[in-house]
Amino acid sequence: MSQTPLEATARHTDAGTTIALAGDIDGSARDALDAAYAAVAGDDPVLLDFTRVGYINSTGIALIVGVLARARAQARPVSACGLSEHYREIFEITRLSDFMTILADGPVPAADRNGGTR
Amino acid sequence: MIHHTIRRVMLRRPQTADSPAAAIETRAALPAEAASEPGLQIAPTDPIVPYFQSAPGAVELRQLELDSPALEQMRAQGITMVVPLVTQGELIGLLNLGPRLSDQEYSPDDRRLLESLAAQVAPAVKVGQLVREQEVEVRARERLEQELEVARLIQQNFLPKQLPELPGWRVAAYYRPARTVGGDFYDFIELPGGLIGLVVGDVTDKGVPAAMVMAATRSVLRAAAQRLLEPGTVLQRINETLCSEIPPNMFVTCLYGVLDPATGLLRYANAGHNLPIVQSGGGVSELRATGMPLGLMPGMSYEEKEATLAPGSSVLLYSDGLTEAHDPGREMFGTGRVRERLAAGRVADELISDLLAQLDRFVGSDAEQEDDITLVALHRSGGESEMVPVLEFSLPSAEGNEREAMQRVGEAAAASGMEPARLERLKTAVAEATMNAMEHGNGFDADLAVDIAVARSDASLRVRITDHGGGRDIPPAETPDLEAKLEGTQSPRGWGLFLISNMVDEVHTESDEHRHTLELVTHLKGDGETDEPDPA
Repeated sequence: MSQTPLEATARHTDAGTTIALAGDIDGSARDALDAAYAAVAGDDPVLLDFTRVGYINSTGIALIVGVLARARAQARPVSACGLSEHYREIFEITRLSDFMTILADGPVPAADRNGGTR
Repeated sequence: MIHHTIRRVMLRRPQTADSPAAAIETRAALPAEAASEPGLQIAPTDPIVPYFQSAPGAVELRQLELDSPALEQMRAQGITMVVPLVTQGELIGLLNLGPRLSDQEYSPDDRRLLESLAAQVAPAVKVGQLVREQEVEVRARERLEQELEVARLIQQNFLPKQLPELPGWRVAAYYRPARTVGGDFYDFIELPGGLIGLVVGDVTDKGVPAAMVMAATRSVLRAAAQRLLEPGTVLQRINETLCSEIPPNMFVTCLYGVLDPATGLLRYANAGHNLPIVQSGGGVSELRATGMPLGLMPGMSYEEKEATLAPGSSVLLYSDGLTEAHDPGREMFGTGRVRERLAAGRVADELISDLLAQLDRFVGSDAEQEDDITLVALHRSGGESEMVPVLEFSLPSAEGNEREAMQRVGEAAAASGMEPARLERLKTAVAEATMNAMEHGNGFDADLAVDIAVARSDASLRVRITDHGGGRDIPPAETPDLEAKLEGTQSPRGWGLFLISNMVDEVHTESDEHRHTLELVTHLKGDGETDEPDPA
């Protein structure tokens, strides 16, 4: 299993900013994640889309905690979608799910997905 | 000139303050004179002792009025003058003088000469006394060491030279004497019908007496075991013999069992010894049977019980040198820790080395072993808890290699038929544990490998991840404080051990000086409840 560097793309929709994540969330994902979060506009709510994430390790959890901490400081709501059952369980065990809304599945309504930027 | 012989008498005070009955012994220090010179005993309570101790110089006995037996004795011996030898306030001897040959009184010059002589002699005599005490002490120590060596020899001579070979069983035994050599023993006795007698015992007392009683007990037991098959009757017979043969203040605790290796049936009786611990499919339990220690009271009977060791079961017989060892804070090792190691699935020789490693860490590296330690472990092969090696590999410590560990263990787990959700959790745990091993254990030194060994039984998969970071203590996994992390008052990191402990059914750690091993156990199938994540 080789490493897939994380790509994180911020996309603005009517409902807020969606950060689409693709690849692995481990120690090497820091810069990509930081850059994507920096692109979140104003007080937009953030949706983290994990659909194309294959692997999250403990360092990756720490990075997500970092994102959550910043969002909390800005009173910005965070939700997550596209988590596999395994990582959803990990989010529950680590209690990350207490601080972000976990959406059941492929989560982003079509309208939002096609809504383009504001 | 002084025309007489100076008789020098050494005076020894009792060595300890709490032995006032001991008389002060005075001895002629000049060997040639010793035989002809009558000894002088001065009781420590004799009023002459404090008198001499505080006397400013030579004392004429003629002028002395004291109710002192020693004084009378000295006068009877013709002593007329005494110069106390005092050094650092301690009376260590006397210079006793008879009358001058010229029958004249001692002159002030004579007295000054004697007093100055005494002042020089006293410290020298004191040094001599100290040297002699030292020599006596060294000789006593040597004698003790010799005795201990004899005790060790007796003990070793009577322990089994080899382990029995029982088809379908793994047998291991261990004995480590304390420096003072206690009276532990163990034995395997071949009995008619393919049965085997198992013995672990402990004689009160230490050294040669304990070793002798141990040897006697073993012989009586061997003889009785051949004639009588019931363990309770065997102990009863030994008790009768020992009661009449060993000193009244000594006794022997002993566990005796008769095992049928073919069926796993163990019949046992216990004379006040530590209870054997059994690990089976039903968990960990103790084999309890009541009975008084051997050699205390005649006419005792011993309860006889039986247990069946099914395939996959283990039993551990041990002495209190294991469970009653203390850590530096005086906490006892206890049976809880022993049961835990059995529960972790350790068997036979692995169980013994695991227990010893735990014990050594518990008591600390420079602690002297308090008592003999005896361990006898038997494991019946087969059964669903039997671990069979599946896969072993090593990885250099380089970032990213945890992926390979995760993948290869994942494949082995999948081939073992592990449920998918359990498989995913195990993979996460393996990746985290391998990362910790590479980073914290091996410091990302690419020349240091992480060794990974996978074994499985019918019920579970065991992954052992070993690094070179021995001698460090791994803190137990704590639940991270997410609020503090979100507030930035705590590092966002620190999830590894917590994740590992939540991803598998059991986590065990083992360390020695050089290596550290994290062992992960995942059941192949869930029991329904644990399969669902905790909604809390």
